[in-house]
Amino acid sequence: MSVTSPVSTTAVRATGIWKVFNEGQANEVTALQDINLTVEAGEFISLIGPSGCGKSTLLRVIADLTHPTKGSAEVAGMSAADARQQQRYGMAFQQAALFDWRTVRRNVELPLELQGWSKSARAARAMELLEMVQLADFAGHRPWELSGGMQQRVAIARSLAVDPPLLLMDEPFGALDEMTRERMQNELLRIRQETGKSVIFVTHSIPEAVYLSDRVVVMSPRPGRITDIIDVNLGSRDEDTREAEAFFAGVTAVREALRGRTGGSAARARVGEV
Amino acid sequence: MSGRLRAVWPPVLIALIFLSAWQLLVVVQDIKPFLLPSPSLILGNFFGDFTLMFNAAIYTGTTAILGLMFGTAVGLVLALAAQRFGVVNKLITPLAAGLAAVPIIALTPILNNMFNITSRTPKVIITMIIVFFPVFVNVTRGLIQVQPVQLELMRSMNARPRTVLRQLRIPNAIPFFFTALKIAAPLSVIAALVSEYFGGPQQGLGSRIASSAANTAYGRAWAYVVASIITGLIFYLIVLAVERWAAPWTGRARSA
Repeated sequence: MSVTSPVSTTAVRATGIWKVFNEGQANEVTALQDINLTVEAGEFISLIGPSGCGKSTLLRVIADLTHPTKGSAEVAGMSAADARQQQRYGMAFQQAALFDWRTVRRNVELPLELQGWSKSARAARAMELLEMVQLADFAGHRPWELSGGMQQRVAIARSLAVDPPLLLMDEPFGALDEMTRERMQNELLRIRQETGKSVIFVTHSIPEAVYLSDRVVVMSPRPGRITDIIDVNLGSRDEDTREAEAFFAGVTAVREALRGRTGGSAARARVGEV
Repeated sequence: MSGRLRAVWPPVLIALIFLSAWQLLVVVQDIKPFLLPSPSLILGNFFGDFTLMFNAAIYTGTTAILGLMFGTAVGLVLALAAQRFGVVNKLITPLAAGLAAVPIIALTPILNNMFNITSRTPKVIITMIIVFFPVFVNVTRGLIQVQPVQLELMRSMNARPRTVLRQLRIPNAIPFFFTALKIAAPLSVIAALVSEYFGGPQQGLGSRIASSAANTAYGRAWAYVVASIITGLIFYLIVLAVERWAAPWTGRARSA
């Protein structure tokens, strides 16, 4: 792929992004300060940091849901606006945001419907995706009949519907209980393995960020900025990974980076040594 | 079926107890019919003059349905305009609230003079104005009060405003619309009925209640009241049935 089109090796490139709310007023807030970030194709990146660090705002800038005050975001080699218009990313939120008036299958079909797919083609594609998230049996159900975890799986299937190269996920498992959450993490890693998507994943949870990511981007508030980027190299994950020493080392490294300690480097050096 | 029976029998039982107590009170205390007729007298009149009752209900019901339809249509159109254009919302909402505060039924004599008193038109207009308000207010809310995350989702999928309206705002407003109709439908019967008190054709429920009472036929006056209650209830039940059919997701636990 990189031979034919060199830009496609970069999934996302954020260059000098600033986002200032209420600029020039007394309640001015710098949500993002000079953010530079490159996400390679196929990479899984987590954005982590305390509330108000701008991680969701950064995701929204990349998704072209809000405009940066300064700087620019590129997705798949094009401007964020073009990428949104051409559906080069799929998005999932903390709330599943399913439409109660549609069945599970027709919720997954929604992005395809907006793209003008034929009825039979989108039904087939939706069923394929529901099988991937193991909800094919619930295709005819209404969203409210499903548990929180199942609803979130429908939302993920929907975000994959147009087969975008990039997934943007804003705390998608934030409202789930711990057990469901771990299951969903494995599910997400499996889907990502099967589809080869790049992922940007916003989370509050340190273990979640370490378990899922190739790199953890640590952010800090007032003003929102990137303070550290930690490489995680755990190889292929399974349930044992959660108890592996390298996993704990990663958790420690991220935790120390969040506290703003430079001493995180010692812990960081151990990440990936199994 | 047994579940439905279980839901039905408590109110039926209470109604029977209430009617029995009423009957007993009238008989034992020997209350005169002009004060309070007994249920047996009322029901005797109701079934005895059933054709009269039925025709009166059809006349008033037709006025109510026409007013309900036109009032709903105007409410829906203005709600769409209010959602689309903020200016319209700011202009209409206070006006609509002002209109709701006007004792509209009292305007009937004026409308009777403006239009032909023998026609149905003044009563339909009164009903329409009364129906308009709950429909407009509720539907506007339903169109505007959409989950922010659902709007972001639509934007992330590059949906045009018209698509957002069709796929998100209108379905979102449907439960609000039926809430409005459940208020407006029985209200339309009351409005149509009361507007008959101010003259015009005499075949409606309101006219019949007034003339029966004036002729000291109290049992029959109350029988017409029963017919009015049944008409209002039928309106309500029709709305309920249409809601079940058209919007089966309403009344359920809403997803987060």
